[in-house]
Amino acid sequence: MRTLGLFALVAALIIATGVLQSWNSALIILNMGLVSAIMALGVNLQWGLAGLFNVGVMGFVALGGLAVVLTSVAPVPEAWAAGGWRVLAALALGLVAIVLSVVAWKRLPRGRRGLAVALIAVGGFFLYRAVLDPGVDAVEAVNPAATGFLGGLGLPVLLAWPVGGLLAAGVAWVIGKTALGLRSDYLAIATLGIAEIIIAVMKNEDWLARGVKNVIGLPRPVPYEVDLQASSSFVETAGSLGLDATTASTLYVKLGYSVLFTVVLVVLLVLAQLALNSPWGRMMRAIRDNEEAAEAMGKDVTARHLQIFILGSALCGIAGAMMTTLDGQLTPSSYQPLRYTFLVWVMVIVGGSGNNLGAVLGGFLIWFLWVQVEPIGQWVMGIVTSGMADGSAIKAHLLDSVQHMRLLTMGVILLLVLRFAPRGLLPER
Amino acid sequence: MRPAARSGTERGADPMDALNALVALANFVLIPAMAYGSQLALGALGVTLIYGILRFSNFAHGDTMAIGTMITILVTWGLQALGVSLSPLPTALLAIPFGIAGTALLVLGTDRLIYRFYREQKAKPVILVIVSMGVMFIYNGLTRFVIGPNDQDFDDGTRFLISARDFKAMTGLDEGLALKSTQAITVVTAVIVVALLFWFLNRTRTGKSMRAYSDNEDLALLSGINPERVVTVTWIIVSALAVVAGTLYGLDKSFKPFTYFQLLLPIFASAIVGGLGSPLGAIAGGFIIAFSEVGITYAWKKVATYLLPEALEPSGLVQLMSTDYKFAVSFVILIIVLLFRPTGLFKGKSV
Amino acid sequence: MSGGDYGDRGNRDLSIAKPGGMGEARPVREGGHEHAAPGGPFLIGEAMTGGYGRGADILHSCTIAVERGEIAVIVGPNGAGKSTAMKAVFGMLNLREGSVRLDGEDITELSPQARVRKGMGFVPQTHNIFTSMTVEENLEMGAFIRDDDFRGTMAQVYDLFPILKEKRRQAAGELSGGQRQQVAVGRALMTQPKVLMLDEPTAGVSPIVMDELFDRIIEVARTGLPVLMVEQNARQALEIADKAYVLVQGRNAHTGTGKELLADDEVRRSFLGG
Repeated sequence: MRTLGLFALVAALIIATGVLQSWNSALIILNMGLVSAIMALGVNLQWGLAGLFNVGVMGFVALGGLAVVLTSVAPVPEAWAAGGWRVLAALALGLVAIVLSVVAWKRLPRGRRGLAVALIAVGGFFLYRAVLDPGVDAVEAVNPAATGFLGGLGLPVLLAWPVGGLLAAGVAWVIGKTALGLRSDYLAIATLGIAEIIIAVMKNEDWLARGVKNVIGLPRPVPYEVDLQASSSFVETAGSLGLDATTASTLYVKLGYSVLFTVVLVVLLVLAQLALNSPWGRMMRAIRDNEEAAEAMGKDVTARHLQIFILGSALCGIAGAMMTTLDGQLTPSSYQPLRYTFLVWVMVIVGGSGNNLGAVLGGFLIWFLWVQVEPIGQWVMGIVTSGMADGSAIKAHLLDSVQHMRLLTMGVILLLVLRFAPRGLLPER
Repeated sequence: MRPAARSGTERGADPMDALNALVALANFVLIPAMAYGSQLALGALGVTLIYGILRFSNFAHGDTMAIGTMITILVTWGLQALGVSLSPLPTALLAIPFGIAGTALLVLGTDRLIYRFYREQKAKPVILVIVSMGVMFIYNGLTRFVIGPNDQDFDDGTRFLISARDFKAMTGLDEGLALKSTQAITVVTAVIVVALLFWFLNRTRTGKSMRAYSDNEDLALLSGINPERVVTVTWIIVSALAVVAGTLYGLDKSFKPFTYFQLLLPIFASAIVGGLGSPLGAIAGGFIIAFSEVGITYAWKKVATYLLPEALEPSGLVQLMSTDYKFAVSFVILIIVLLFRPTGLFKGKSV
Repeated sequence: MSGGDYGDRGNRDLSIAKPGGMGEARPVREGGHEHAAPGGPFLIGEAMTGGYGRGADILHSCTIAVERGEIAVIVGPNGAGKSTAMKAVFGMLNLREGSVRLDGEDITELSPQARVRKGMGFVPQTHNIFTSMTVEENLEMGAFIRDDDFRGTMAQVYDLFPILKEKRRQAAGELSGGQRQQVAVGRALMTQPKVLMLDEPTAGVSPIVMDELFDRIIEVARTGLPVLMVEQNARQALEIADKAYVLVQGRNAHTGTGKELLADDEVRRSFLGG
């Protein structure tokens, strides 16, 4: 009942946006709400079901975005010819060096292995740089204004979504293997660090996805507005609905995304619910509620944690790929921890840790507020400052600073919920 | 072995070259890393004290530094408007006590209003981490709301203690050594603050009671130690550390709210490398992280040119990694240390 | 435990949360006042009912008392609420009913810190020393509430436990089990308490060390300091007890002198193994 009511409230909020502002804004909120819900679902899987503290959501989301470029953009043959294979070879070399170091560490006797591993690692690094750098220079020299990168595989963009999930899962495996496998658990700092590194790589390795020069004009799974406006049958249908062609085309495109995203969300939500109530889900909760007992019963806690960390991160990767597809461009500098890591945490806590529907609700609700706090703040500040003299410095400063209100509001919401409804709006069970 | 190459000065054998290399090294690596390391150490001390005594990692620490520095900057502007100056030192040094007072009030207010409730509920530390995320959002928003998200330069002191030109004239070396006054101030201030902190923790009754509370909360209670007083003193010390660290960083580089938020990673890395909860570890960690960050992202060409014979002179910049990867450096150091010493370098020497 | 509204969901992340050292007690809040209540035993927890936090009651109208110069022991089966009863006397949990009186004053509303000032010294069963601090610092922390010169008291403690003087610069966590127990008792004695409360002082130490500890405790009691003690080794405890309480499920089951209870058939059958 409570679940239905709260979801109805969110729906009402979005519809109200449509009526009061515009249907375009409402659909923008809805689409990003759907994406946010999937991110929240991923974090909820990790925190809610296993108590894993992932503060690197941003990194996995960004990997999803990278997957879109790597999958859907057409390859740049000149760049491949110039140095693409060399870059690949360098990466392979780097990988070999890492694997060799690990193997050497495990195989060699205690005495000299430190030195051996250091030699392999340092030598490997210099070799890697020696092979990589000329290749990178060559690739980045190819028409830098338009390309300067290797491009992708030119596959359908929808394929990028699962690829984003796989990419995130792969990185999560490495992080989890290291951070959860240590004698003590250091997941939080590991994810915090790796997220920054992923963003740094995406900003600096121009050969990969053009770095801060951004990749724009990514392929879309839905038609382009201009094509729709050019189609006479579309214009006719729009006209019969009482809409002008431009508005109708933008709405149609956004609705297209909404439908696609809804399908993905529903599928993932159903899977998550099934998993939660399966023997596997019960085992995860048993581990969470009493690790010692579960361990005593022969459950491999670390392996289970690794599993769920990978799954949750994969969801964030999928969501990240969907978001980049929606934006139609990859802009590495837009990834900020407050927006992509901590805001998702607010969604999960507000929605209800451990409850999948709660996470989805939190995703929608918090995203709605994130977007709407600014206009509301502007309106409130307008009233507050209405008594002040025009042109006063304080008034100008206050009106100017409204944009920062949203951070403050998110903090207040998180703290209020933690204090007065610590289990979230939709508590677990 | 062309004879022509051997004529003239033999590079690498000249003692002046070795000196030049040393000066270049000091100028571009040692001095900046010392200053940065001091700033990180002060930041990490704050994190480690909270971790040791309140038992959680404070995600709001970067933003506490930002808000404290902001207060200091506002007071500095006020002092400047009144014509007060500490020339040749930056006026901000005069404003630091006000910054500390303001920040301590804010942080103590936050504790009363927010954190204390969870202590009374015996909430697990992880919950306090989530709470500190909320506080982080609020402080972050407040800072941007008041001073805006842009860069603020508030250093009005003398720029250099020794400028590169003076140094060259003084020594006759090719390579200049510049010592910014802010760097000198940073290191001196850090030494004073750290000495005071250690004296306080190890020699005073209140300091010992903080260590006792960190070690065993219930037993501290049984000994008549008032937990709320320990927590209050801790927040005040942490405010002081955060404001000093933030102001020194701002003087040395510049103040920008987002940069301070991002300092969270190297600061956490420093505290964890040293062993969370250990003040000595926080200091060691700060310098380890700072020296590796600066060292690995520095282009060594200059130093190498002085030291190596001409034939071996490097063609590239000899930069191991671009400066944009400095976070990666802190992180890799962190992972290596944790792989070998899961509790950090200074295990068991907790607050 | 990861339940409750503010549980950790099994999180073990060392990089964000410090394990260990966190308090379990839900002590009486500060700010309460004592009031005169003359008469009755020197220290008495009377008709105490309560439990931890919002959990179920563990104590049910339980009464514990000790007179000047006496050794009183609390014995009983596992989970009988022996330690809880002692913690209740000390104010480490909120009582729903009942009162605690010390030396003619009702101190039910006082916080544990305030009770220390009133002259209570308490040695918990586990985690009863500051492991990361030196032996001497442990004793100093014991004297935390004292503003006067406590070097004399420290010398007395060193006289009572000579080994501690030898190891006074060592971290207490590095000592052996018996030595740690001595530090724990020494810490409590530093306040010059009017009553000493010991929660299973011999738990986990070898029989020889146990005998020695009992001797020291008797020695302390002979100086006129009343001792209230929870003991697992019921027979030995009853032998030295002036007064004994047998608790079962948080209720007083038997009360009497140590000798009486040792002679009591029912007590022998249920707790002393015949």
